[in-house]
Amino acid sequence: MSNSVADTSTASSVTKKRDLNLKKRYAAERRFRAMGIGAIAIGLFFLAALLFTVVSKGYTAFWQTSIALEITFDEGVIDSAKKRVEDPNILLMANYPRLARNALQSQLGLEKPTKPILKQLDGMISNGVRVQLREMLLSDPTLMGKTQKVWVLAEANIDSAFKGQIDLSVAEKNRKVSDAQIGWIDDLNSKGLIAQKFNTGLFFNGASSRPEMAGMGAAIIGSFYMMLIVLIQALPIGVAASVYLEEFAPKNRWTDLIEVNINNLAAVPSIVYGLLGLALFINIAHLPRSASLVGGLVLTLITLPTIIIATRAALRAVPPSIRSAALGVGASKMQMVSHHVLPLAAPGILTGTIIGLAQALGETAPLLLIGMVAFVADFPLTPLDPATALPVQIFMWANEAERAFVERTSGAIIVLLMFLAVMNIAAIILRKRFERRW
Amino acid sequence: MNTNIKQAEIDISDQYEKMRGEKVNVSYGDKQALFDVDVSIAANKVTALIGPSGCGKSTFLRCLNRMNDTIDICKVTGTITLDNEDIYAPSVDVVELRARVGMVFQKPNPFPKSIFENVAYGPRIHGLANSKADLEEMVVTSLQKAGLFSEVKDRMNEPGTGLSGGQQQRLCIARAIAVQPDVILMDEPCSALDPIATATIETLIDELREKYTIVIVTHSMQQAARVSQNTAFFHLGELVEFGTTDQIFTAPIDQRTQNYITGRIG
Repeated sequence: MSNSVADTSTASSVTKKRDLNLKKRYAAERRFRAMGIGAIAIGLFFLAALLFTVVSKGYTAFWQTSIALEITFDEGVIDSAKKRVEDPNILLMANYPRLARNALQSQLGLEKPTKPILKQLDGMISNGVRVQLREMLLSDPTLMGKTQKVWVLAEANIDSAFKGQIDLSVAEKNRKVSDAQIGWIDDLNSKGLIAQKFNTGLFFNGASSRPEMAGMGAAIIGSFYMMLIVLIQALPIGVAASVYLEEFAPKNRWTDLIEVNINNLAAVPSIVYGLLGLALFINIAHLPRSASLVGGLVLTLITLPTIIIATRAALRAVPPSIRSAALGVGASKMQMVSHHVLPLAAPGILTGTIIGLAQALGETAPLLLIGMVAFVADFPLTPLDPATALPVQIFMWANEAERAFVERTSGAIIVLLMFLAVMNIAAIILRKRFERRW
Repeated sequence: MNTNIKQAEIDISDQYEKMRGEKVNVSYGDKQALFDVDVSIAANKVTALIGPSGCGKSTFLRCLNRMNDTIDICKVTGTITLDNEDIYAPSVDVVELRARVGMVFQKPNPFPKSIFENVAYGPRIHGLANSKADLEEMVVTSLQKAGLFSEVKDRMNEPGTGLSGGQQQRLCIARAIAVQPDVILMDEPCSALDPIATATIETLIDELREKYTIVIVTHSMQQAARVSQNTAFFHLGELVEFGTTDQIFTAPIDQRTQNYITGRIG
């Protein structure tokens, strides 16, 4: 009797004690979860802030202001001496901006303008009009003397003013756009002769000191060459190295040392690789500076450790039972690797490679050291031609003083982020599609 | 050498000796796993290796087709013969050996490929089939021998990993048979299966014995008693007793064997 009473009392006291502990444990779990949610919220906040600033600053870069002009290809301006048959250079050197200015002048109904007015008229139209009209006339000589409606790019400051980016409350002498020009913009706007058009030049033009004509075409091609070079070098080298280390190499002090070093290389600041590339590829191997070949080689070195680490992890994730099964039916080690292990590790290898490529696409510092921070107006035709890269283009535009380069910098960042997002999404899709369960 | 083992060997001396281990010592680094093991594997019989966990029976099994070669720190000394030929001799090709001595593992491990490809893989890499029809016939025969064909004949192109555990294990047996081995090693083939699948596999083992020599590691003494003709009892890396299954289970000579089969150790 007394025994059983004692038993129940101990039992209940034990239960009580456990309850207390349980409360504490739940509280700890709640705290931990709250901290986790807080951490994620902070991360999301900064991501949203980044995207908002970049997009709000940059989306205008994808539209460019153009002015519609009734251009008269006036022989008196282009070739007053009528010598163009003997000297084709006359057509190349002619004063095409004068044609545009004349057209604008008559469109605005300005009679006998003074010199300062003429200067302001010139300031309305991009200097790119010279090339645009010259190409038109060269491809169709019958245009001489005729009048045609042409959309020409507005000058960068006019573009900014039309987009409402210039503060008009500032005194006239302190801003880049005069009151007269503002009046003309309004006048043209009321006639529907000024409009924003999609900015294809942003993607297809090379570098230019005039913002309205500057594009990242050369940078996109340069980045493309480099990605290609990284892919065809880093993938086979990385996979071969990983397969050897993971499947064939004996586990000893040397392979341990190599493994530690590969892991360390992944953490080496990329600018160090830039110095290495400068010394090795340019000073010793005498490869051309600013070439995407050299950039690709340097980025390969940077990407290799990432690919090797990802590939080794993917190989290690293939269950040993698959290896035993292959060896058990008499497959050689090479057959085991190529028939079973590599195909099963492929999704992981692919993901690692794409992540590595995305990392390489965003690298800037090493490319500065090998001279890719260059003013490249022409498209690089081969990887040996001078080129630049997307992030380097962003870096260079960020250094420009003109107002119109600000939106271009953000616009280029948007493009770069899009490329990275596409690559990462591709990695996820490929992994999901090829993932096999066992 | 232990006199008990000698006694046991005489019991099976009338059987043709397919494989033989003599003074087999195995060590993993500093740790020795097997001490001077002598076992004779009779042809067309099922030899069961029993003993408590960590006694070295799986280690010995893996020596028989040199699967231990894949472990860097594993060192094997002594002699193991297959048809009186030393399988650890430098002239022996390990790939060829494994084609002659197939293996079925503890956990069913089909390749993550179709049922057909699972079975066809072995013949394909060894060049056993001359034509596509030949290969198909081999796959069908192997699946029939493994007692699986009737269950999978309509879904040969579905993944082998989609089968039930017992079917997967029979698929692995079919895969081993397809290479046309002399000996099949089975490392606790039923430990991951339910009793019904286990019974199916045990019946299968009994049928396979007519064509193949089978060595099976098992934790279940009932299974050893049911399927095997000869039994070797391992304890702490030593071969304690070896003889016919009847003799081991009804009249064990060594006290440790007696204790193990009556459930006092292990």
